[in-house]
Amino acid sequence: MSGFQTNNKVISWLDERLPIFSMMQHSAIEYPTPRNLNYWWNFGSLAAFVLVVMLLTGIFLVMNYSSHTSLAFDSVERIMRDVNYGWLIRYLHMNGASMFFILVYIHMFRNLYYGSYKAPREVLWWIGIVIYLAMMATGFLGYVLPWGQMSFWGATVITNLFSAFPVVGESIVTLLWGGFSVDNPTLNRFFSLHYLLPFVIVGLVVVHVWALHTVRSNNPLGVEMKGEADSIPFHPYYTIKDLFGIGVFLMFFMAFVFWAPNFFGEPDNYIPANPMVTPPHIVPEWYYLPFYAILRSFTIDLWIIPAKLQGVVAMFAAILILFFLPWLDTSKVRSAKFRPLYRQFFWLFLVDCLVLGYVGGKPAEEPLVTIGQVCTAYYFAHFLIIMPLLGKIEKPKALPASIAAAVLKEKA
Amino acid sequence: MADSATHAQPSSTDGQSRRDFLLYTTIAVGAAGTAAALWPFVHSMNPAADTLAMSTTDVDLAAIQPGQAITVVWQGKPVFVRYRTAEDIAAAAKDDGAELRDKAADAARVQKPEWLVVVGVCTHLGCVPLGQKAADPKGDFGGWFCPCHGSHYDTSGRIRKGPAPLNLPVPKYAFTSDTTIRIG
Repeated sequence: MSGFQTNNKVISWLDERLPIFSMMQHSAIEYPTPRNLNYWWNFGSLAAFVLVVMLLTGIFLVMNYSSHTSLAFDSVERIMRDVNYGWLIRYLHMNGASMFFILVYIHMFRNLYYGSYKAPREVLWWIGIVIYLAMMATGFLGYVLPWGQMSFWGATVITNLFSAFPVVGESIVTLLWGGFSVDNPTLNRFFSLHYLLPFVIVGLVVVHVWALHTVRSNNPLGVEMKGEADSIPFHPYYTIKDLFGIGVFLMFFMAFVFWAPNFFGEPDNYIPANPMVTPPHIVPEWYYLPFYAILRSFTIDLWIIPAKLQGVVAMFAAILILFFLPWLDTSKVRSAKFRPLYRQFFWLFLVDCLVLGYVGGKPAEEPLVTIGQVCTAYYFAHFLIIMPLLGKIEKPKALPASIAAAVLKEKA
Repeated sequence: MADSATHAQPSSTDGQSRRDFLLYTTIAVGAAGTAAALWPFVHSMNPAADTLAMSTTDVDLAAIQPGQAITVVWQGKPVFVRYRTAEDIAAAAKDDGAELRDKAADAARVQKPEWLVVVGVCTHLGCVPLGQKAADPKGDFGGWFCPCHGSHYDTSGRIRKGPAPLNLPVPKYAFTSDTTIRIG
């Protein structure tokens, strides 16, 4: 570290008391980054960008939103019709949620492909999973706020999941609702928590970046940086690359905002919530669909364990299993580039998740129920059987001596 | 208990164990205090007094014809009140011996056999089952059918097929006259 130097007396005075400029110099300018990062490494900064967009649009939406069951739906329609640019702010927020999940899913699958979760990046990976869980909670809470039919029935179905737990289940559900059904107290607390959680996510992102800067970025080769020849400073190389990524991403994002703003939504959510009528087909937001499919795959009671509880436990386990991935994957080699067998199973797993997502969005009818059950079994088999075995039986290709050696050989 | 006296500490560790004792009691009191301070916040999320106060609903049964059903709101939830026909009652009683997931005799689920009162919330994930209107699908057992995940209930509101684990619950209710009931 060359350290921070300045001739400006004021900046220097401040930096000696609060080393904010030194910190920026250290972690956003000089920060040594692998020289070979590809575009799949853009998605972390893109997700951070969307988080800021969500916070800003959300803060402005709240200025016109009413969190009462008799006002909520109409206040959202007023934002759409009467508030200046209200439609834009709401469509940015609505589609921003989907964008956030698209980016984070790509970020996670990048991680799986290049083995970024392996030592010494396990804690970095854990924090990422916690961020993902917080995002799912925030997304669910936010979807309830417009108080449309899908808001109400989505909230009813998801809160009822907790009733599956023996003994305390019903009390937990009553506590979540603040009543005997999803109603005004529920809407109010969901609003409160929906406003809180994004700031928790900001805090988690700070810790995520802290852990990242401690262990440094993985890279497409999956070998650690060894010397100066392997790295380049973050600025200007990756600041400019991240900015370019944001430009490309904004084209994608705005295409939905302006031309297909309801593409990710459900038409039923433009019908005000009615506790007496269930829509014929309740679907959660698209980003939960694979887990919804896992939830519904359990249809037979086993001994004393009802199917409902099995489904709920499996759904939570499907995410929690990710925490154990660094140890379930027994291979020492990180990047799938050098793992000929894992590379094929990676794509199979990706397809499995996509099929689960498709099944989750359709009514529970044959043959989809069976397909969903097979895919659920494969989902868990991937982590519990395939990953541990692959490390033992696969013969990885030879790793390059260093990042620089590999990059320069490619150039030659 | 008797041998606790024999565990008197040697004088050299006296100060040590007194400190430990102070440390542990401080932690225990602190933890209990924190838990006690936390409880009001947790309990504030439970149903408030006004929510609890709206806990009864009166229903007039006089206008309902045999075979008809009405839906009333009780505690924000739909309650199904069905005037069962003789066939409905016979079918429910006959199935007392069938293989039931949540065993209950039809006679135990009604106060007067012709009036079935159940909470209209599917015990799977809380959807409102269909079967109240004449044109609604009533499932394979002539009762209700939940469109969300395909649970079938019979003419006694018992779960017969599909993912729901329990029968439609019978709320607490009483006949306040021959043709009125109070739910709750």
